[in-house]
Amino acid sequence: MQRIGVFVCHCGTNIAATVDVARVVEAAAKEPGVVHAEDYQYMCSEAGQLKIREAIKEKNLTGIVVCSCSPRMHENTFRQAAERAGINPYMVEIANIREHCSWIHKDIEEATEKAVILARAAIAKVTLNAPLQSGTSRVVKRALVIGGGIAGIQTALDIADAGYEVDIVEKTPSIGGRMSQLDKTFPTLDCSACILTPKMVEAAAHEKITIYTYSEVEKVSGFVGDFQVDIRKKARSVDMSKCTGCGVCQEKCPSKKTPNEFNRGLNTRSAIYTPFAQAIPNVPVIDRENCIKFKTGKCGVCSKVCQAGAIDYEQKDEIVTQNYGAIVVATGFDTIKLDKFDEYSYSTSPDVITSLELERIMNAAGPTKGHLERMSDHKPPKSMVFIQCVGSRCADKRGKSYCSKICCMYTAKHAMLIRDKYPGVEVTVFYIDVRTPGKNFDEFYRRAVEEYGVNYIKGQVGKVAEKGDKLLVQGVDLIDNKRILMETDMVVLATAIEPNPDVRKIATMLTASIDTNNFLTESHAKLRPVESPTAGIFLSGVCQGPKDIPETVAQAGAAAVKVVGLLAKDHLVTNPCVAKSDELLCNGCSSCEKVCPYGAISYEEREVNDHGIRETRRVANVNSALCQGCGACTVACPSGAMDLQGFSNRQILAEVDAICK
Amino acid sequence: MQVEKTQEFRPKIVAFCCNWCSYAGADLAGSSRLAYPADVKIIRVPCSCRVNPMFILRAFQRGADGVILCGCHPGDCHYTTGNYYARRRMTLLFSMLDYLGVENGRTRVEWVSAAEGVKFSTTMNEFVAKIHSLGENVRLGDLRCKKD
Ligand SMILES: Cc1cc2nc3c(=O)[nH]c(=O)nc-3n(C[C@H](O)[C@H](O)[C@H](O)COP(=O)(O)OP(=O)(O)OC[C@H]3O[C@@H](n4cnc5c(N)ncnc54)[C@H](O)[C@@H]3O)c2cc1C
Ligand code: SF4
Ligand code: SF4
Repeated sequence: MQRIGVFVCHCGTNIAATVDVARVVEAAAKEPGVVHAEDYQYMCSEAGQLKIREAIKEKNLTGIVVCSCSPRMHENTFRQAAERAGINPYMVEIANIREHCSWIHKDIEEATEKAVILARAAIAKVTLNAPLQSGTSRVVKRALVIGGGIAGIQTALDIADAGYEVDIVEKTPSIGGRMSQLDKTFPTLDCSACILTPKMVEAAAHEKITIYTYSEVEKVSGFVGDFQVDIRKKARSVDMSKCTGCGVCQEKCPSKKTPNEFNRGLNTRSAIYTPFAQAIPNVPVIDRENCIKFKTGKCGVCSKVCQAGAIDYEQKDEIVTQNYGAIVVATGFDTIKLDKFDEYSYSTSPDVITSLELERIMNAAGPTKGHLERMSDHKPPKSMVFIQCVGSRCADKRGKSYCSKICCMYTAKHAMLIRDKYPGVEVTVFYIDVRTPGKNFDEFYRRAVEEYGVNYIKGQVGKVAEKGDKLLVQGVDLIDNKRILMETDMVVLATAIEPNPDVRKIATMLTASIDTNNFLTESHAKLRPVESPTAGIFLSGVCQGPKDIPETVAQAGAAAVKVVGLLAKDHLVTNPCVAKSDELLCNGCSSCEKVCPYGAISYEEREVNDHGIRETRRVANVNSALCQGCGACTVACPSGAMDLQGFSNRQILAEVDAICK
Repeated sequence: MQVEKTQEFRPKIVAFCCNWCSYAGADLAGSSRLAYPADVKIIRVPCSCRVNPMFILRAFQRGADGVILCGCHPGDCHYTTGNYYARRRMTLLFSMLDYLGVENGRTRVEWVSAAEGVKFSTTMNEFVAKIHSLGENVRLGDLRCKKD
């Protein structure tokens, strides 16, 4: 028989003002099994906990109920108090008489009555509690970073500097991400490559960092502290250990018609290619879909010209399997497709471009060698129109409801850079609002207007039409309240950004959650912004929400600290509230296995002793390290063999009974 | 303090709330002081998929007038798919209960996130009002254990 103690907290007046605490104590004391009941001002205080510990010792309590605030606040506090007094921490139940009672009811009679019922339910439950032992699981002292943009690079560097091994998995042939495509960066206008390349080099040279480029995560199993990950290293068709990066192959490759992804399709590239000159690693890949050798069997030019003998047409994809204690997602973003925005003539006119394309055009290593020119006739423009919020803050389904956050600033940057380099070009910006909160950001935007004479018009553009070799822009000026019709040479669309579409696949593999816009969800919007709700998964960069580089780097560092905090532990304490199957009731039907989201259930042939009859049966076996304790299997089990410790069928039924009495 | 017992109908309502979203939503309703009737009593479960139809049958058998199950929004389940299981199971159970005479209005599934204190409170107010309109659950009277 259990000996139960009940402790009712006043929480100052938070509870006591609405709930007659003395009556709760009196009622609880009458419940079967209760041998001690008392109340106190603040149960969670040191003095309150001391009362609990003393009562446990003096009255030989085997279980306790604390009637107080939400278990989400202090369940742990009281479990620790119980443990210090020598009873199992899972012999504690909380009746939530603050959030679920005193704070929402006014009538003292009603609230007291309810508090008594909640206390009874908790007493009924604790009577059926059994001591539970939390196990421990190991922590593999190695982290995985998915995505090698600035976010992934920074996170990896910070983790590696703290002394832990890190692997970066990057899908494309080089690390660097979007930042490697940018020309100059706000708010200081330093060149993107100049600040990014040293970081890429540092990551590549770091003894604790291993970089897998042209690779993807294929399978993830395991759990916090010990994830097992399969990484697919796609066949590069070039031997990394032999290639010297001379580039002859790319020059001689006869297949040169493939749209260059790095330059957003503004020019073409060879079938064997490195995405950009500073690529890391500086080893090309053969794009097998566009390689003549792979398509027809003939060619083989690169193999002939390669002095190092690095070309290997037979190379196969390779699977690397590795264990990690923590995983950081840093998969970044892309700009949205504009196929639903026909009004801007993006698909029909080469002179209507996106901002990211403009970055490439302005870049000395880009398709026009840094000369500002129209893609249709390669003539320099005399005037340009920038349209903001294309697909952002969009009321209809075509675009995104959110603000992409970076576009106001990069448009001001583009306008300023153009006016600086080509003072003869007239620049007009159509905007809904200019949003420039950030250190030195508003000053930056005002410089564009005041020093560089950029013409900002508050209003939206309804249509961009081709008119001869010009573009006709129809918009409104909301301040002067008039319609605007202007001819221009080039139109630049500040296109909304969205998470890399791959993120759905990644999130599913990691059981990390994403929101309706596919951004990864953080565990708490304010207090845990770099942790995913799934233990051991962390978030870095734009995959979590729109960000500029400074914010991305700050978040990357924060994610690294969380990872380091985890890897510094030698082992983790596991949740003992896991499922357990009764081997005598289990009929090995596999119903539970099918619903388990964590693959925690397997079957084994086990010898059982069923009331004296010994036989070998196929029974379910729960891996308590994998089980997260959702309880899905308990309901799926037709024979009632599967139960959840800490939330067992009998415990919940006892609560139901107490409430419905 | 002795208050005269009123003869007014005080429904018994059980609310199963998942630990991660709805229980936290109920906590938020509490800390935001968003009132709902004291007739609602919450039972904490790890996930909506932990709720066995048996628990709900038992509640009605023991005299509950309404049972509501709250979980994370579809797609947001802490355990990824738990609420989908719950949704399917409850659809079946509720239609069977309706057939047995426990009207559909007495059972409900609602998705309440940890941020939706307001939704939690409104849902509970609505649900209690609905139970009031349906009155006491007498249809299962003959099934009830009258042992105490
Ligand atoms: C036009 C434009 C101009 C900008 N100008 C500025 C500026 O001037 N100043 C500023 O501060 N910010 C600017 N930004 C914002 C800046 O680009 C971002 O803040 C920054 O690139 C975010 O870095 P990230 O690492 O989070 O994402 P990304 O740069 O997108 O990196 C993500 C990486 O992950 C990889 N990846 C994706 N999916 C997978 C997968 N499944 N497996 C493996 N790898 C994967 C990608 O290939 C990529 O390398 C600009 C953005 C745009 C669009
Ligand atoms: S020619 Fe050979 S060594 Fe040179 S870049 Fe190509 S593969 Fe590497
Ligand atoms: S409780 Fe959930 S996680 Fe654990 S074995 Fe059952 S279904 Fe799997």
